[in-house]
Amino acid sequence: MIPLVKLLEAALFASPRPIPVAELSALAPEASPAEIAAALDALREHYDVDGHGVELAEIGGGWQILTRAEYTEAIERAQLAARPQRLSAAALETLAIIAYRQPIGRVEIEEIRGVAVGSILKSLQERALIDVVGRAEGLGRPLLYGTTPLFLEQFALRHLEELPRADELAIALRPAPQPL
Amino acid sequence: MSEDGNLRGAGAGALADVDESGPASFVVDLPAYAGPLDLLLALIRDEKVDIYDIPIARIAKQFLLRIRVLQLNDAAEYLELAARLLRIKAQMLLPRHGEVETWEDPRAELVRRLLEYQQMREVVDILERRGDERRSRFARAYLPDSGEAVAAPLALSLGELLTAVDRILRVTREPTVHTVVARTLDVAGAISIVRSLIAGRRRASWGELVTGDAEPWQILSMLLALLELAKLGELRLAQPRPFASVEIENDPPGEIA
Repeated sequence: MIPLVKLLEAALFASPRPIPVAELSALAPEASPAEIAAALDALREHYDVDGHGVELAEIGGGWQILTRAEYTEAIERAQLAARPQRLSAAALETLAIIAYRQPIGRVEIEEIRGVAVGSILKSLQERALIDVVGRAEGLGRPLLYGTTPLFLEQFALRHLEELPRADELAIALRPAPQPL
Repeated sequence: MSEDGNLRGAGAGALADVDESGPASFVVDLPAYAGPLDLLLALIRDEKVDIYDIPIARIAKQFLLRIRVLQLNDAAEYLELAARLLRIKAQMLLPRHGEVETWEDPRAELVRRLLEYQQMREVVDILERRGDERRSRFARAYLPDSGEAVAAPLALSLGELLTAVDRILRVTREPTVHTVVARTLDVAGAISIVRSLIAGRRRASWGELVTGDAEPWQILSMLLALLELAKLGELRLAQPRPFASVEIENDPPGEIA
């Protein structure tokens, strides 16, 4: 491996969070963006081709070294690490609405879901998946919510645009032949 | 659910069905449905009806039936949608005047909400899949909460550590031990002293009872004896002003009665 690849590998290993490309570039100011990109590619290939227990993933607007999925159970059984808890269906629904409609207020979310979401918003905020991003202009200036970088990270998204556009979502409910 | 064979009574019958159900205990936590719209979508799917042309009477009846079966009567959100369905049904029954173009399908708003909700459910599926993918791979260290700076580990040589241990051991070689001796109070003795002092007189003072070189336990015993005798009504205590000498007045029991 060339020194730049080793440097990036060391930095990625040291960080528990994905490192944005800009920060990786700051590690090696003399390297061009193309060289950084090539080095990341080389590292990813190194892990994939040589058969490593870890892989390089592009997540949440940055790069991160992750263990391979096939070893997760063994690692968890040995209690070396624990998977974060899954979100409830209600929390996921709320999160999905916020991801698409941000910035969005509580009332609008409740209108789409048809149920109250106050406590869910609070717990999503505590888990740092959403945050208050502003206030609406209207009456009472309600809080507006948006997703955080941690949201992208925990859902393995490079950026929000990776989610399908609203008009790309297939509608499962197709017009059925008229009953009776 | 194959209740829909009987469409005739779906109107008023649906409401009556619910009224009969009585004050059933309620269960809100339903893993099957994430909310009233979820339930409605499930119904539309189960009944295989066209979402753009929902047979409101039939769906409303099924909806009411199901929330009764599920004992969801108290869940306001489900009832709110049930009321909305019945309202739409009523609007559908109203005679239409004028041209067809000006008539707005009262179901349009519901359809829009259902489609919006359905889209969101698809996003939930995507998020669920991506979330599971990510959860099945570990980063070098998972940080449950962000923002907490990592403290640098303490740098210390073995020599420094041993010197520090030695210093501490030297300082604490001889522990200071306080021996606490419990002294019992002699309240009964003090009571007899007070009684004998005031036996033949009307008043006495604190100074006569406690001499200047009295031990703390003697002073305490005397104080408790005086309080006890005052409680028994044998004497009265008075202090003309704060910190003045306490005056003791003889107050035999006979005089009170």
